[in-house]
Amino acid sequence: MHVLVCGGTGCQASASADIIKNFETILAEKGLQNEVQVIRTGCFGFCEKGPIVKIMPDNTFYTQVKPEDVEKIINEHIIKGRKVTDLLYMDPENKEHVSDSKHMGFYRKQLRIALRNCGFINPEDIDEYISRGGYEAIAKVLGEMTPQQVIDEITKSGLRGRGGAGFPTGVKWGLCAKNKADQKYVICNADEGDPGAFMDRSIMEGDPNSIIEAMAICGYAIGATKGLVYIRAEYPLAIHRLQVAIAQARDYGLLGNDILGSGFDFDIELRYGAGAFVCGEETALIHSMEGKRGEPTLKPPFPAVSGYMEKPSNVNNVETFANIPIIITKGADWFASIGSEKSKGTKVFALAGQINNVGLIEVPMGTTLRDIIYEIGGGIKGGRKFKAVQTGGPSGGCLTEKHLDTAIDYDSLMAAGSMMGSGGMVVMDDTSCMVAIAKFYLEFTCEESCGKCSPCRIGNKRMLEILNKITEGNGTMDDLQELRNLAAVIKDTALCGLGQTSPNPVLSTLDNFWDEYVEHVVDKKCRAGVCKKLMNYEIDRDKCIGCGKCAKNCPAEAISKTEYIAEGHKLPSMFIDTTKCIKCGACMSGCKFDAISIK
Amino acid sequence: MAKVKSLAELKAMREKLQSNLDLREKSNNPDSLVQVKVAMATCGIAAGAKQVMEHMMEKADELKLAIVFTQTGCMGYCHAEPTIEVKVPGKDPIVFGHVDNKRADEILTKYVMNNELVEGVIPVNYEKI
Repeated sequence: MHVLVCGGTGCQASASADIIKNFETILAEKGLQNEVQVIRTGCFGFCEKGPIVKIMPDNTFYTQVKPEDVEKIINEHIIKGRKVTDLLYMDPENKEHVSDSKHMGFYRKQLRIALRNCGFINPEDIDEYISRGGYEAIAKVLGEMTPQQVIDEITKSGLRGRGGAGFPTGVKWGLCAKNKADQKYVICNADEGDPGAFMDRSIMEGDPNSIIEAMAICGYAIGATKGLVYIRAEYPLAIHRLQVAIAQARDYGLLGNDILGSGFDFDIELRYGAGAFVCGEETALIHSMEGKRGEPTLKPPFPAVSGYMEKPSNVNNVETFANIPIIITKGADWFASIGSEKSKGTKVFALAGQINNVGLIEVPMGTTLRDIIYEIGGGIKGGRKFKAVQTGGPSGGCLTEKHLDTAIDYDSLMAAGSMMGSGGMVVMDDTSCMVAIAKFYLEFTCEESCGKCSPCRIGNKRMLEILNKITEGNGTMDDLQELRNLAAVIKDTALCGLGQTSPNPVLSTLDNFWDEYVEHVVDKKCRAGVCKKLMNYEIDRDKCIGCGKCAKNCPAEAISKTEYIAEGHKLPSMFIDTTKCIKCGACMSGCKFDAISIK
Repeated sequence: MAKVKSLAELKAMREKLQSNLDLREKSNNPDSLVQVKVAMATCGIAAGAKQVMEHMMEKADELKLAIVFTQTGCMGYCHAEPTIEVKVPGKDPIVFGHVDNKRADEILTKYVMNNELVEGVIPVNYEKI
């Protein structure tokens, strides 16, 4: 028998260590230490009801266990085999106790659809994909459905583009399908560029066959026989696994001529990108694939009319494709039953930042930020205070505490001044400076701007200069107004989606953290202690014993002796010359007497 | 390799393959082997999954344990890489995190050989379709 005690940070804070200790002591007293093993586990993702204790092999799931409950669990459950009812989880809807964690699926906030095979099958073995029902969707489509029925099914499912903008996928396919041409193309946008985002890479590495199958389905629906995956060369493993999967699919006749005896031909090639952010924009992506500079062009004409090699092309993101086969096999109604009113299905997020369970997660649309951060994510690292969460990368914005209970989907994020984006989610605590965060994303955009249109090339540069001025303590209130003016012009006049959304990180922080901007400008203070030019190190001369370690550590020779000897000390205290100080913090991290602080 | 010609063929193939995978996943057959899946996406490999897998294979040989090792994609537990899933016949699969060579040895000698759990168990916190 095993007793599993949650050792996640949340449960540890609520005494899981004492619970383990009590289990061990009482089991030893009763001579059961060899029969029952107590083990600390990772986070169960149910922190609100912690600490969690699970008994195996019967999977009994006890919630909110207190150290003093341990004796009862041992006496009743372990010795007599009777479950301790009042510690079982109570279903809030029907007020019934649920004993078996296998019947507690509802507590699990995550639902994996796009990631259904990731971490489950061997991605380099097509047989494993087939054994999970793979390639049945393409078989169904070719055998039973007309192209228009496929498009209608996808439209009905409510699937929207997972690249970030959320355009309805079925509508996109329909636009491409109605254009007549001797050749059309299905393009998979695998140019994942948001800092910190790795959803698409994980899908391609974990389940490459799902992308291949989905592209073939799309090809049938829009009348294309060629598929192209635009993937960045910096994803070598994803490239390798896609290549293996394509070769295996060709061997099985699931790619190539006359697939499954239907007369439908389809094949896929890979195209490598050099990793420019702008190439995730579909027109720039197409130009890059044609061997031209990766620069966007005005839409219309949309790729559905004139795309790759001026032929009608349909561009979808990796995660969008990963949803397609399962929509075909399980039906549009099933898919549409998941998610919120206008955003159906699930979304994969790369959860990162100051959070305990950093990871790749997939939740139904409409899940609240609170559930993601505090249940799945296990809360903020070190028990610090939540400050903001950044979604949508360089095109998105920061959401704050007041948005924690917002059900997130495309529209609610847009309304809150951010966007879905491809799914990066960076959680920040009170050690993050929001002005510096806005600057970080703007630096990224400036670096990645292709330079074709002046609003993005010059406008963002001007905004970045102003942010630099503010973080160095030279900002004025007029600068804040100027930021807003520039942002409005860039949004209105930039050529492509990258440019039009690039001011979002600045605008959303201006809206949500106005006080912090004002503090930087008026009080010349950075409350998070991030903006180096705005802070000074100071030695408390009464705490300093004059050992001189700080002076030795200082690379700028900014620290020297004073004449002052504090009471009880033998040596004169030290002093930092702020004009020489480079604010590296070496003095403070070396001081054993806590005499140095940031002012 | 034989081409798949029709939906019926694909379905027959699925059934055959599924029973193979079932042997691996559900292990209804008590004599079937212990299965170890190693999460080997870029991130897992960067965290050392490949070395751990190699080490574990050698160790299993040394201990004369018949184990089938498989690579798989990302399990989503970035906070606990490298991660592996161990499926002992007749039991639910268990995911272990932060698996280094030392923990890999413990998993083999304690969990696989003696049914004793070791630190680093990650409870599955998602539903899959």
